[in-house]
Amino acid sequence: MLCHRIIPCLDCDLAFPEGRVVKGIEFKQIKYAGIPWQLAEKYYEDGADEIVFLDITASHERRETMTHVIEKTSENVFVPLTVGGGIRSIEDARKVFNAGADKISVNTAAIKNPTIINKLARYFGSQACVVAIDAKRRYVTKPEEADNKIVVETPEGLCWFECSIYGGRKFTGLDAIKWAMEVEERGAGEILLTSMDKDGTKEGYDIPLTRAINERVSVPVIASGGCGILEHISEVFQKTQVSAALAASIFHYGTYSIKEVKEFLATKGIAVRLG
Amino acid sequence: MGNIKSIHNALKYFGAKPVIAKTPSEVKGEKIIIPGVGAFGKGMTKLKPFIPKIRETLTSNIPLLGICLGLEMFFEGSEESPGIKGLGLMKGKVVRIGTKLRLPHIGWNSLEIKKRACPLFQDIDNGYAYFVHSYHALPEEDLVAATTNYGCEINASVWKKNIFGTQFHPEKSGALGLQILKNFLEL
Repeated sequence: MLCHRIIPCLDCDLAFPEGRVVKGIEFKQIKYAGIPWQLAEKYYEDGADEIVFLDITASHERRETMTHVIEKTSENVFVPLTVGGGIRSIEDARKVFNAGADKISVNTAAIKNPTIINKLARYFGSQACVVAIDAKRRYVTKPEEADNKIVVETPEGLCWFECSIYGGRKFTGLDAIKWAMEVEERGAGEILLTSMDKDGTKEGYDIPLTRAINERVSVPVIASGGCGILEHISEVFQKTQVSAALAASIFHYGTYSIKEVKEFLATKGIAVRLG
Repeated sequence: MGNIKSIHNALKYFGAKPVIAKTPSEVKGEKIIIPGVGAFGKGMTKLKPFIPKIRETLTSNIPLLGICLGLEMFFEGSEESPGIKGLGLMKGKVVRIGTKLRLPHIGWNSLEIKKRACPLFQDIDNGYAYFVHSYHALPEEDLVAATTNYGCEINASVWKKNIFGTQFHPEKSGALGLQILKNFLEL
């Protein structure tokens, strides 16, 4: 039986020589959490099913630091590694693959130039091409207010979801649900879906958003943003059919270990890889 | 997935000195691994210059390991690329997974070891391995060493004398995968 994946995410500030793992709150305030490859090794030994590295500085000049981080990590970590942040071309992607990454994740570049998804999928295979979507709720009082958007009912009211780029600094007007369907068609092999409303709040994943997208695509969806307690992870697996849950701060600050999360999920009857 | 660098790192982890062969003349190791990613047809085209070297393993007894597409290419052909001949080291063909669930089959799935005698699975209990694929091999002979389940039975490993294949990626399957590679190195 296929397991639900638990994926720790390392947001990396590459202004430091070896990189630093940091964690923002709602995409803003930043806290320091450790050295990327050291945390990655710890999570691997603790049972992480996959590890995501996001270059939050996303600058071209620091691409080499990320390459170094991945090279160092992949010497001792034998689970899939995904790298995102600032990848703009096939050449950028090739460098991280050569360093030892198994998948790359694109957001800004894909929205600005959607054909890059087709190209990445053709060059490296769909399985290596993840599209990250950062979505923000836009509330409306009635569906007609959101012209041509897919409107979803949430406990907080009706809303559509807007895609943002540049790490949440810029909004695009693009409907996240429609965009998810488009990226699948273009060859994305997975969708890393982050709720900007929930990220860093520790209030739980955005279930309506996650469900709305997961129901409309057939590629695996990774839920992200908002995980604060164990029950949030079981909730996202029980209320949606997502195949993976991503979390950052609960692991970085030692709230729970990955093993604890998985043991908890197992007691809830959720299939996870243990031991 | 299954990029050569990952396999290289995993082998080095056990002190082996892997060589990434770019030409057939560089294939002179004690063991051969065919990694693989991408489509069957493209894989066979890239493998073409190496085919005589690989076929030698049928008689030389040099251990050969095919990973994912590497395993698929052992067979006579694949539904993925009709008309393209495989290596034919094993009889049978590669077919699209007949499941109602989402494809590709991506993630950690439980292994059921069918052939305990297979050297790859020494010291391994049924555990989890990392898969990324939409096709699997259907051998005509009794060669299936391990299976997994994804809405249907999938052949996860094949074994014929000195020739081994894993549909999953041992280089990405944590401690279990490392043990499999170590077992292969110790053959």
